[in-house]
Amino acid sequence: MDPLILSRIQFGANISFHILFPTITIALGWVLLFFKLRYNATNDSAWMRAYFTWVKVFALSFAMGVVSGVTMSFQFGTNWPGYMEHVGNIAGPLLAYEILTAFFLEAAFLGIMLFGFRRVSNRVHTLATVLVAGGTTLSAFWIIALNSWMQTPAGFEMIDGKAHAVDWWAIVFNPSMPYRLVHMLLASGLTVSFLVAGLSALRYLNGDRSESMWKALRTGVFTAAVLIPIQIFAGDQHGLNTLEHQPQKIAAMEANWNTGPNVPLVLFALPDEAAKENRFEVAIPDGASLVLRHSTSGVVPGLNDYPGNHPPVFPLFWSFRIMVGTGLLMLAVSWSAAFFLKRRHSLPKPLAMLMVPMALSGWLATLAGWYTTEIGRQPWLVTGVLKTADAVGPVAGSHVALTLAVYLTLYVLLLIAYLGVLVHLALKAAKDGDSSPLPGVMKTAMSQPAAGE
Amino acid sequence: MTFDWPTALPLIFAGLMGLAILIYVILDGFDLGIGILFAVAEDAEQDTMIAAIGPFWDANETWLVLAVGLLLVAFPLAHGVILTALYIPVFVLLVGLILRGVAFDFRAKVPSGKKHRWNRIFFLGSVIASLAQGYMLGVYVLGLDVGLGGVAFGVLVAFCLAAAYAAMGAAWVIYKTEGELQRKAVRWLRTALVLTALGMAAVSLATPFASPRIFDKWFVWPQMLYLSPLPILSALLFLWLWRQTFHLPKPDDRHALTPFLTLAAIFALGFAGLAWSFYPFVVPDKLTIWQAASATESLAIILAGTVVVLPIIIFYSFYAYRVFGGKATDLTYD
Repeated sequence: MDPLILSRIQFGANISFHILFPTITIALGWVLLFFKLRYNATNDSAWMRAYFTWVKVFALSFAMGVVSGVTMSFQFGTNWPGYMEHVGNIAGPLLAYEILTAFFLEAAFLGIMLFGFRRVSNRVHTLATVLVAGGTTLSAFWIIALNSWMQTPAGFEMIDGKAHAVDWWAIVFNPSMPYRLVHMLLASGLTVSFLVAGLSALRYLNGDRSESMWKALRTGVFTAAVLIPIQIFAGDQHGLNTLEHQPQKIAAMEANWNTGPNVPLVLFALPDEAAKENRFEVAIPDGASLVLRHSTSGVVPGLNDYPGNHPPVFPLFWSFRIMVGTGLLMLAVSWSAAFFLKRRHSLPKPLAMLMVPMALSGWLATLAGWYTTEIGRQPWLVTGVLKTADAVGPVAGSHVALTLAVYLTLYVLLLIAYLGVLVHLALKAAKDGDSSPLPGVMKTAMSQPAAGE
Repeated sequence: MTFDWPTALPLIFAGLMGLAILIYVILDGFDLGIGILFAVAEDAEQDTMIAAIGPFWDANETWLVLAVGLLLVAFPLAHGVILTALYIPVFVLLVGLILRGVAFDFRAKVPSGKKHRWNRIFFLGSVIASLAQGYMLGVYVLGLDVGLGGVAFGVLVAFCLAAAYAAMGAAWVIYKTEGELQRKAVRWLRTALVLTALGMAAVSLATPFASPRIFDKWFVWPQMLYLSPLPILSALLFLWLWRQTFHLPKPDDRHALTPFLTLAAIFALGFAGLAWSFYPFVVPDKLTIWQAASATESLAIILAGTVVVLPIIIFYSFYAYRVFGGKATDLTYD
């Protein structure tokens, strides 16, 4: 079997599995901090209950993120040695800074955040929460910087086939980086707000009316309702940035074959690359020109301008539509839930039942979005610098096939176990309500436990 | 020899990478060792043993990410050569680390009936990861030779390293627990030490035959004289620690940390020996650290950050260990 395509599937599977968990921990850290600060300000123990329920989800997600992240740091070498060989001088320092400034910060203070509540003062515990949340966000900053550099490389020169850094500022803040960072951070916020809202809705459906359930539910719903319009705007800006720097990606996303004005917005189609046309097309006339150029006569790039040098059309067209469709559904659900919570102080049962599966809508949209942008970079690994095919390692296809099969099995089983635990935690919280004994909450640190305590 | 950055930087990074690997082996060594010891511990003891490593393991595993990260960013060519040659062992290691890491969290959060299953997975993951690391070390020592002899040598080193990790785990349990479990851990330590010593003796005997290059580096006069403190000191520490296991635990729990520190010292000595065997190669006999290094300007910018950040990391790691100092009780999220 072809090691290139197998290695791509393997890396794609790993990075897809990995991104699920950072997407949760990046924003969940800040949500936990919010719960903690509300508790500090109001002394209402329901906030602390919400904190303790969700800190378990954080711990589990963090562990899943760490183990799948370790896998990735090895796979650069096992499957893609050409990557570091050619652009290691750029990618290396960015990865190094991610590990040094962010990963350690999260990992070291995570212990205190998770288990240190009675060991350190409340203030230090709050500080640990801040550092963990800050660490995850900083992590995202460096990784997005590197990913964006691969999309829109800048600030380097090529010497003997190797990239050398010229301007680090230009490398980190390359043209697509600010847009992608904002888009991803908002995606993380939305993923977590729908997860919190969805699992709280599950508790609600199980008859839980405890204060901590309401607090988590409101936090999730209102955060989602605020973030989703901002995300739609940020996504639009990101798209315009892509139009400027990677027009062939936009052409594939819109399944537009010929460059020109008055390009329709294709709602449904089965793009056929061999025939260079769309089958069963349903489209809004002038739509794409309007969206992308804000004028019906705006010129939209077409795939025929990039023969042999554009990404595969079918997956791009559809992953983009899945992302946008999920986003619109998120808008509808979060705004109606916010309306009922604000005006009626209750949740209609059908809406609550819809919110439960929507707990995973953030994952779906995030994955679809990453597939759009990553497949959209093909056939390049680093746009204009390194082709994916030139970076793959000498490992035999059969080896890759074996490892891929085991990874896939492992990931599916772990995902089932993870979701099972989330549901278990929600149902347990629903059963206990606010009656379970609240862990000791105190302002001052207990003395270091002596031997024998 | 005049000082210049292109010569000095790869050397500095080789040192940093070595330091990261050593810290990883010592810190995650006791995590993995405790996982291995799960096989001989009872249910209630397993909870205490988990509590003894719970707050630390995330950060401990991060040192592996740093070590591999430094190999990746400072010696990209070597990263590619080593990891493609060790494709399958690396994969086995990763599966072990994944199972170990998630079992840790799952066992505490699943309904109590399923806890057993995750305890077994925790044990299995720890054993797999330890063996894979040992095997990789063995094959690497032989210059990534994967002939039949290389495989046999790798298997030997794998069992030796697993035994050494089990000893580290037992030593950590001695430090973090008390009563019956602590006494049990002393017995575990004694057994693990014997196995480790047997393994190390076998490895020491096999290495000169397996790798003439390493033999030549050690058994040449006068290097032999300068190097002799390494094996002699290790052997003395080994013997002393073995004798200590007949006197532990001491009244008032004195010297509870001593076995762990002694083992850490033995690991450091062994590591120094390994480093000497390889210098100046990062891929044995193929690539020196200078041939495999990244561009000077890239190393310089990583070093600038490392010099500032690494002391801070070490400082707050100490702080975290202090916060969770003392004996491990049950571990809860409060």
